[in-house]
Amino acid sequence: MKTKRLVFYAALLAFTVLAPYLLPDFKTQLATLWLMIIVAITWDMTGGQMGYNSLGNIFFYGTGMYVAAVVTIAIPFDVGDYTNAFSDRIYEFTDTQYFVGTLVGTLAAGVFCALSALVIGYITFGLRGPYFAIGTLGVAIAAGELVSNWEWVGGGQGISLPVFPYDLELGKQFFYFLFAGTGVAAFAFAKWLYSTRFGAAINAIRDDEEKAEAMGIHTMRYKLTAWSLSAFFVGIAGGISAFQLIHFEPLETAYQTINLGIFMVVCVLLGGKGTLWGPVVGAIVFHLFKEVTWNYFLGWQWVALGTLIVVTVVYFRDGIMGWLMHTRPEWFGIRIESKQGEAPS
Amino acid sequence: MDQFLANFSLLLEFPVVNLKIIIDGVMIGALFALSAYGLALVWGVMNVKNLAQGDFVIAGGYVAWALSKQGIHPLLGVPAAFVVLWIVGWIIYKLIITRVIERDLFTSLLATFGIAIIIAQVLNLLFGSDTQSIALKYKTLYFMDGFIDIPIAKLLGVLMASALAAGVVLFMKFSRMGQAIRATAQDARAARVLGINTEKVYAFTFSLNAAICGAAGAIVVMVWVIQPFYGITHSIRSFVIVTAAGLGNLPGVIAAGLGIGALEQYGAHIFGIGYQQAVAVLLLLLVLLIRLMQQKRVRKSLQ
Repeated sequence: MKTKRLVFYAALLAFTVLAPYLLPDFKTQLATLWLMIIVAITWDMTGGQMGYNSLGNIFFYGTGMYVAAVVTIAIPFDVGDYTNAFSDRIYEFTDTQYFVGTLVGTLAAGVFCALSALVIGYITFGLRGPYFAIGTLGVAIAAGELVSNWEWVGGGQGISLPVFPYDLELGKQFFYFLFAGTGVAAFAFAKWLYSTRFGAAINAIRDDEEKAEAMGIHTMRYKLTAWSLSAFFVGIAGGISAFQLIHFEPLETAYQTINLGIFMVVCVLLGGKGTLWGPVVGAIVFHLFKEVTWNYFLGWQWVALGTLIVVTVVYFRDGIMGWLMHTRPEWFGIRIESKQGEAPS
Repeated sequence: MDQFLANFSLLLEFPVVNLKIIIDGVMIGALFALSAYGLALVWGVMNVKNLAQGDFVIAGGYVAWALSKQGIHPLLGVPAAFVVLWIVGWIIYKLIITRVIERDLFTSLLATFGIAIIIAQVLNLLFGSDTQSIALKYKTLYFMDGFIDIPIAKLLGVLMASALAAGVVLFMKFSRMGQAIRATAQDARAARVLGINTEKVYAFTFSLNAAICGAAGAIVVMVWVIQPFYGITHSIRSFVIVTAAGLGNLPGVIAAGLGIGALEQYGAHIFGIGYQQAVAVLLLLLVLLIRLMQQKRVRKSLQ
C-alpha cells in the first residue's frame, strides 16, 4: 500500500515536471490551472477544514499582485513617478533587477498578505456563518474600489510591469514552474498540516467552536494562523500572476471578486469540501469546464457557470471526492464492518 | 485630500446643500428600504440569505424599460414588473430555493449567488450592457431660489414605493396568508402542526419578495439608472440595511434605508462619484463592526 502510494505521487510529480514539454502549446493554460489549484487548496484550509467560508480570499490575490509590483518597481525607481509616467519617459529594467524583483516582490507579497490576514482576521473572525462570508466579501470589494482610486499605484489604470527579458516561450515555462512549485509546496504543506495536532484543532473548530474553546483550544489563535498561512500562498500566487500578466488593473484583474474570488469556492465545492484531494480534483474539472464553455459557448459562459454553481451547491453537495467516498469507501481505506447476520449498510 | 476638505467645508458654509443631499438620499433610500424589506422577509421566514436580491430589482427595471420601449406608460410598468418577477421568483423557488431551506446558511448564500450571476448575464445578453433609464416627462419643482430641485417623477417614485410598502404591511397584518407567513416565521414546526402548509408559505414568501423587488426596480429605472451588473450593489445595500436594522423590525428597515440613501449621497458628495460603490461597501463593514462590538459587550457580561 505504502509503495503504491509512493509510486502514485512520484508519477504525478514526474507529470508535473514534464507537462510543459509534453503539451508545449498549453503552458499558460497549465500555469493557470496551477493557480486555480493553489487558491482552491488554500481556500479549503479555512473553508473546508475550519468551517469559515470566506468569500474574500481574492483580497490576498489582488494585494499580492500590488505588493509584488510595487516592491519590484521601488527597488530601482520611484513608484509614483513610474505609475504616472506617460510615453515621454521610458523605464528599463536590467535582467538582475527583473529577477531580483520577481523573487523579492513575490516573497514580500506572501509575507504582507500573511500579516494582513492577521489584521483582517482579528476583526472579521468575530463574525459567524454567513456574516463572515459577507464581511470578507465586503473587504475584498472595498479594497478593489479604494485601490482603483489610489493614484500612487496607478488608480483605475493599474500597473504595467516589465516583460520577461528572454525568449517568450522560455518565459511561459518560467511562470509555469513558478506556479507549479508553489502549488506542489501548498499541497505538501496542506497534507502535512492536516496530519498534525493543528489540523485536528481546526477540524474541531469547524465541528463545534464553543466545545473546542471549552476543551482549551485558543480558537482565535488557530483561526488567525490558519487564515494567514493560506493568505501567504495566495499572496505568492498573486505576485507571480502580476509578472505573468505584465499589465493588471484593480477591478477586473487584481480584486476580481466575481471571477477568481468565486471560482475558488466553486472548485472546492465541486471537488469536495474538507478533503485533501477535493480542491485539486475540483480545480482540474472546473478549469476544463470553464475553458470549454469559454471557447464554445461564448456569451453564455456566465450562464453556464452560474448553473454549475447552483447545481453543485444544491444537488451535488458532497463534491466529487465526497461522492467517491460514499460509493467507493474501500479506496480510502474505510471499511464498513457488518455485524454477523446483518446486511452491510 | 484637499479636494475632500473643500467639499466638506462647502457643506458647512451652505447648509442648504445638506438639505438637497438629504432629500436626494431619502428619495433613493425609500427604494433601498423596499428591497431590504423583501430580504428581511425571506431571511426571517425561511432563513435564506438571498444574494440575488439586487438582480431581482434590476430585472424588474428591465421589464418596465422593455415595456416602455413598446409604448406602454412607465407607470404601468410597476404592476407589470410585480407580476413578471412574481412568476420568476416562483420558478426559482420551485427549482432551487426549496432544496436549500433546510441546509446550512452558506449553501443558500452560494446558491443565490449563482442565481445572481445567471440573472445578470441573461439580462446582459438580452438588453446589452449599456446603462438605461426612462425619462418621465414631468416638471421639476424648485424651492429655495432654485437650490433644491425635486423632479415630480422622483416624488411619484417615493409615493409609489410608500404605497407598495403600506400594501405589503397591511397584507401581512390582516390577510390569512400574511398571518400564516408570520406564524411560520415564529415557529415553522408549530405552524405545520397547526395545519399551515409551510411549503406553500415559503413559495409565496419568496415570490412576494421577488415581486416587491421587481416593482422597486421598475421605480428605480424611472428615477435612476439600471445596468445588468448593478445588482450586486443593490444586494449589498439590502444586506447593510437588514444587518443594521435587524429582522422583523419594519420601522428600523425604513429608517436604515433612508439613512443609507442619505449617507451614500454624502459620500458621493465629499469623496467624489468614483467612491460611491466603496461607500456602500464600507458602510456594510462599519455596520458589521458595530454589531460585533455590541455582541462582545453581551459576551463579557455573561462571563
